[in-house]
Amino acid sequence: MSVLIFAELDEGALKKSSLEAIYYGSKVAELTGTSATVLVLGEGNADELAKAGRFGASKVLHASDAQLTEGNAMAYASVVAEAANQEGADVIVLAKSSLADSMAARLAGKLKAGLAANVIELPDVSNGFRVKRSIFTGKAFAFTELTAEKKILAIKKNTITPEETEATATVEAFKPALNNADFAVKVTKVEKATGDILLPEADLVVSAGRGLKGPENWGIVEDLAKALHAATACSKPVSDLDWRPHHEHVGQTGIKISPNLYIACGISGAIQHLAGVNSSKVIVVINKDAEAPFFKSADYGIVGDVFEVLPRLTKAVQAL
Amino acid sequence: MKILVCVTSVPDTITKITLTDNNTKLNKAGVQFITGPYDDYALSRAVELKEQLGGSVTVLNVGESDADPVIRKCLAIGADDAIRVNAEPTDAYFVAEQIAAIAKESSYDLILMGRESIDYNGGQVHGIVGEMLGLPSISPVMKLAIEGSTAKITREIEGGHEELEAGLPLVLGCQEPIAEWKIPNMRGIMSARTKPLKVVEPTGKETLTHIANYELPPARGACKMIPASEAETLIKLLRTEAKVI
Repeated sequence: MSVLIFAELDEGALKKSSLEAIYYGSKVAELTGTSATVLVLGEGNADELAKAGRFGASKVLHASDAQLTEGNAMAYASVVAEAANQEGADVIVLAKSSLADSMAARLAGKLKAGLAANVIELPDVSNGFRVKRSIFTGKAFAFTELTAEKKILAIKKNTITPEETEATATVEAFKPALNNADFAVKVTKVEKATGDILLPEADLVVSAGRGLKGPENWGIVEDLAKALHAATACSKPVSDLDWRPHHEHVGQTGIKISPNLYIACGISGAIQHLAGVNSSKVIVVINKDAEAPFFKSADYGIVGDVFEVLPRLTKAVQAL
Repeated sequence: MKILVCVTSVPDTITKITLTDNNTKLNKAGVQFITGPYDDYALSRAVELKEQLGGSVTVLNVGESDADPVIRKCLAIGADDAIRVNAEPTDAYFVAEQIAAIAKESSYDLILMGRESIDYNGGQVHGIVGEMLGLPSISPVMKLAIEGSTAKITREIEGGHEELEAGLPLVLGCQEPIAEWKIPNMRGIMSARTKPLKVVEPTGKETLTHIANYELPPARGACKMIPASEAETLIKLLRTEAKVI
């Protein structure tokens, strides 16, 4: 038995959430007295891949077939299954993401593995294999027993804090057998913001709602985000009105995030919005309505006009 | 176009979760159950496609009889008939196995469901069903158009979206803005009463996971209010007290 970690690259670098998964997987290997191998698909240089060692993995398998450069969930699932088989891995660890989620769903079927999503703590392996996971979009936790031989753990972002060492991992080329049926879905176009901080990966998030009155006013939100090196997000009405793209919408039916800091500007805080952000470590609410329900779920609050408060906060950050 | 839409019956999004039986069960008392919001998007798009292309929409739920009101509402929205697999939806593998068994009985062009259920947030049933049926699965789908026997799909990715093409049949996990949620009208509600709702017994009972017990998150502390006239203090506190910037 061993642990296989599926890690993702973003613009050639291992994603922060993948480093969390590598650390988590290595700890699971430690707990179960085995070793941890990382699987990386796509283009990445050897130094970057060897970085997995600093987070506890002993070996990195790297497959860089041109057919695997696009995130094809079905092909990826077959490759991960093949790597798991080669390594004799019973536990597969990954960080939740739009690619990993659909890959893992497929993999669960392929391996007949029990899958626990939104895992937030290391497993209890003293009697069986039990994990704590977030359910009801953060409104409750479930202690879940994984009873099948194969197990897949999808780690919730920013809940595991990795510790780094000086260790390195060996990088081995991995040449999986690709099968045509896995390429039945053709990607015809990819549109992705480049250079920006990816919202699901961000440590700091500045978010705004209808209180901003219109998309033309987003400059003050972006200025604060830029000063903080934060990502920007928005509420559902804002995305429904097309003021901002859907991939910025956080909430019950949008993206669920768990950053260190979430600053909500002009968002009243409906329970459906909270569902997407309630795992944030610190929540700041800025709203001119002192009765906005969001203040009840916040750590810090300012009752005031976002058009006055935000530029002042931006200046204060720049002065740090 | 023959469409199967798999729906969950889940606590309303405004529900405050409470526990019972020594934290081993969710307390269902006083909880209003609704169609999973993502499943609702899938159903709405299915009904639109039927109106556009003809065909039928069958709703499938794996659940006990308390899910019937949710199923009737799906019929009122425009599904033609419904099947309920009479079993508690204990885990994703079990549910996927039921869906795959039903799907094998007829040839559906599309098997739609939400990207995830909003209770357990697993987001894996579409993938497992796809594997079980040997069909491609795609999630989360934000747009779906059918041209002949090809589906044109927009899928959300981190920081953007991608456009995909695939031949039918397909299994899709859906999310907004694939369609506007539909509200049943009086005619729909009346006709839903007489539309067929077939109850079948489950095949197999194998599960791969089991929930031992639950826990609720600790309450957040009180909110520290900062006067707008001293807004800069917030930045200081975020650095020195909260230590997040």
